[in-house]
Amino acid sequence: MSLPTPSGGSASEGRAISRGDVAHLAKLARLAVTEDELDLFAGQLDVILQSVATVGEVAADDIPPTSHAVPLTNVFREDVVRPCLTQEQALSGAPAAEDGRFRVPRILGEEQ
Amino acid sequence: MTSVADLMAYDEVLDRFDPVLGLEVHTELNTQTKMFCGCTTTFGAEQNTQTCPICLGLPGALPVVNAVGIESAIRIGLALNCEIAQWCRFARKNYFYPDMPKNFQTSQYDEPIAFNGWLDVLLDDGSVFRVEIERAHMEEDTGKSLHVGGSAGRIHGAEYSLLDYNRAGVPLIEIVTKPITGTGERAPEVARAYVSALRDLLRALNVSDVRMDQGSLRCDANVSLMTKDATEFGTRTETKNVNSLRSVERAVRFEMCRQGAILATGGSILQETRHYEEVSQSTRSGRIKETAEDYRYFPEPDLVPIAPSREWVEQLRATLPELPWERNNRLKADWNLSDEEFRDLVNAGALELIVATVDAGAPADEARSWWVAYLTQQANTRGVELAELPITPARLARVIVLIAEGKLTTTLARQVVDGVLAGEGEPDEIIAARGLAVVSDDSALLAAVDEALAEQPDIAEKIRSGKVAAAGAIVGAVMKKTKGQADAKRVRELILERCAEQ
Ligand SMILES: [Zn+2]
Repeated sequence: MSLPTPSGGSASEGRAISRGDVAHLAKLARLAVTEDELDLFAGQLDVILQSVATVGEVAADDIPPTSHAVPLTNVFREDVVRPCLTQEQALSGAPAAEDGRFRVPRILGEEQ
Repeated sequence: MTSVADLMAYDEVLDRFDPVLGLEVHTELNTQTKMFCGCTTTFGAEQNTQTCPICLGLPGALPVVNAVGIESAIRIGLALNCEIAQWCRFARKNYFYPDMPKNFQTSQYDEPIAFNGWLDVLLDDGSVFRVEIERAHMEEDTGKSLHVGGSAGRIHGAEYSLLDYNRAGVPLIEIVTKPITGTGERAPEVARAYVSALRDLLRALNVSDVRMDQGSLRCDANVSLMTKDATEFGTRTETKNVNSLRSVERAVRFEMCRQGAILATGGSILQETRHYEEVSQSTRSGRIKETAEDYRYFPEPDLVPIAPSREWVEQLRATLPELPWERNNRLKADWNLSDEEFRDLVNAGALELIVATVDAGAPADEARSWWVAYLTQQANTRGVELAELPITPARLARVIVLIAEGKLTTTLARQVVDGVLAGEGEPDEIIAARGLAVVSDDSALLAAVDEALAEQPDIAEKIRSGKVAAAGAIVGAVMKKTKGQADAKRVRELILERCAEQ
């Protein structure tokens, strides 16, 4: 996992994550974080990241970074159709539906 | 909305700037099932009838990669002259938008399955432009949003949105070019020719339906301008929603003129996504582009890495069909055509029609001559494309075979083709219905010959005295009497025989 590059804020020397980083991540995660919380979370996240970073200290140069704990590659499935859910089943867990579709609140300023 | 006044004249843009393009083409694979689940991928089904816990992102559901999806990706990479990764992974592209129920799109980030390739594209004047390929990577398509309230299905002013996830999870290959420079005035043409060549290639590989109108081939065009003395690329915009080859060309040209006008007045280009609008043939502003790291990519923990063995890659290389440009070279040689003649066929839209006519049993020369001469005339008269003429290659081939068998003359054949174009059915039916068979009965022909000779005694005398060339006038008269239903060569023979006897 790559962390965003530090982007200003009140990062102090040696910190793994700055207040600015937390604000940026909160925005990406659509979380309303107050100014006080930014200081609080930056400190807490920093402790977590520093702890995780100790794992890196035992990694030697000959050990590649691992994303998967199981030593498997090329797990594929045949291109064969399996039964789908019905429309009713698909929508049964949706908070709102209309005209056979999932209904979601309007989306602001993020046309894809 | 950009008005005409906000556009710089195209020639002036070229005087002051060099365009730089980057093209991203998404192609939906034609697999039976989605990329990570066994849901069917048929286009046009009723909304939300092609989903399962995996593509709906329900808790606990685990994806498994479609083997044909990987094979297709590798074959596309090989056809684009790419290197194939020894080892690569999928990654999660995180974003908040309801078109993916998982809140992320499974994609590839810095480990694409194929990279560093090229595609040679043929321009209208016959020259070849090499487009360098940065990468081809695997990902999944998104669902379809319908915005309710507001105007014309757009988000602006919408009260809520409705989602159909039938398309969510359909395998996509994204093919990204390196920056395309040095095109000058031909930037729009190169963009169109590239997408066109890629479409032909994907069709030949039989990996995608490549229907731009149905969205199974989509192009995003990145355009920027550099001043003539600049050493770095300018800020680019990315135009989406470009749904036809013509639109690719127009969108690039429009962006060049729009950006030129802004830069000329000291303004700067906003790095943003723009949307192409077919009706106004212009682009409008979309959203400000998030930078790559904002998607917080990380390796997909639910899918194990892909490590295509070199043996497998070579096996897949052996399945590559004759590629479009190889086929063109072969046809050009087989048909004994010059570059220019061949290009004319391609530009006239006649190539595939001729190939199909030849496949249906006609000699290439004849097939070519019919399509580029008589049928092109007919198409022009009707104001339609050659391929839109209501005649199939098989029916034309039948007409050509009948000529070769001596059962039709060229004149009669045209009448038969006219009948086919008029919707009168198969050539043989038309011949029977219109009574167009060649008069091969010598006695009927002889009667007409005698009649013609009797009507023009002075010409008959010339022929008898050895002026064989004069026979042409009698041939013409006989053809008229038989309404073109005689074989002119046979008529001539009979005239000469008759005159020698008398
Ligand atoms: Zn599914």
